[in-house]
Amino acid sequence: MKWGVVRFPGSLDDNDTLWALNEVMGQEAAILWHKDTSLKGAQCVVLPGGFSYGDYLRCGAIARFSPIMESVARFAADGGLVIGTCNGFQVLCEAHLLPGVLTRNRSLSFICERVHVRVENAATPFTCAMRQGEVLRLPIKHGEGLYVAPESELRQMEERGQVILRYVDADGRESDDANPNGSMHSIAGVANERFNVFGLMPHPEHAVEAMLGGEDGLKIFRSIVESVR
Amino acid sequence: MLVKVFVTPRKGILDPQGRAVEHSLRSLGFKGVSNVQIGKYIVFQLSARSAADAREQVQKMCERLLANPLIEDYTFEVEGE
Repeated sequence: MKWGVVRFPGSLDDNDTLWALNEVMGQEAAILWHKDTSLKGAQCVVLPGGFSYGDYLRCGAIARFSPIMESVARFAADGGLVIGTCNGFQVLCEAHLLPGVLTRNRSLSFICERVHVRVENAATPFTCAMRQGEVLRLPIKHGEGLYVAPESELRQMEERGQVILRYVDADGRESDDANPNGSMHSIAGVANERFNVFGLMPHPEHAVEAMLGGEDGLKIFRSIVESVR
Repeated sequence: MLVKVFVTPRKGILDPQGRAVEHSLRSLGFKGVSNVQIGKYIVFQLSARSAADAREQVQKMCERLLANPLIEDYTFEVEGE
């Protein structure tokens, strides 16, 4: 399957994403430069982590207006699959392709650690290779990952199943202690109403080989491959 | 014209920076301090046909880029009208 990995000035995890997709999973992934408009036939577009445009003004706020994002928005409007990790999630929120926004961690500290997240909806293209309620262990590394949305919108998102991943402890229990950044409803990942756009703060591309400390990230990429097949 | 835009965290949105600074000011002895908010001050020159035109443009700038209405409020001033 063909993938496109967007590279903004300041992208950081684009090469790791290419490694995960091409070397580990045998996929066909190519870089999409932010000034280009062609998605090069990608069946899934990945917005990687990093600090696009230096995170100036607000994370993702400037990347949102780059030429490639117009193509990504059109692709998403036509039902194309888009996944954004970390900074990519922030860009998708700023571009209004996902609801809500990500802001400064409750602790004000940059967090770099492994966390547990629970799959809240396994009936999406991004989670279909997993079990409902399955707990994944994935790394996070961000300063601005506190998910915020109006409470009324959160209620609707919960009802529709748009909350895809939630921070939990190793046993799968939600608690304030297991919420690393103070996200509302312990949200780690959300989808749009059509379930073709998905954003998450954890980094699946950093968890694709045992020597990296785990392989749970593969489950997300495998789900996407299965959903396209 | 000189434009000054003030962006602050929306009321009711967690502002950990404001809270930390408020705590710090109080511990310095400024007991009367409350509701500290940390925001952004954006200032620039704008050539526009009229003050009304300038205000209309700045309004659009705020809506499209300078603030995110989900978490931020904004006000602005246009000087030299």
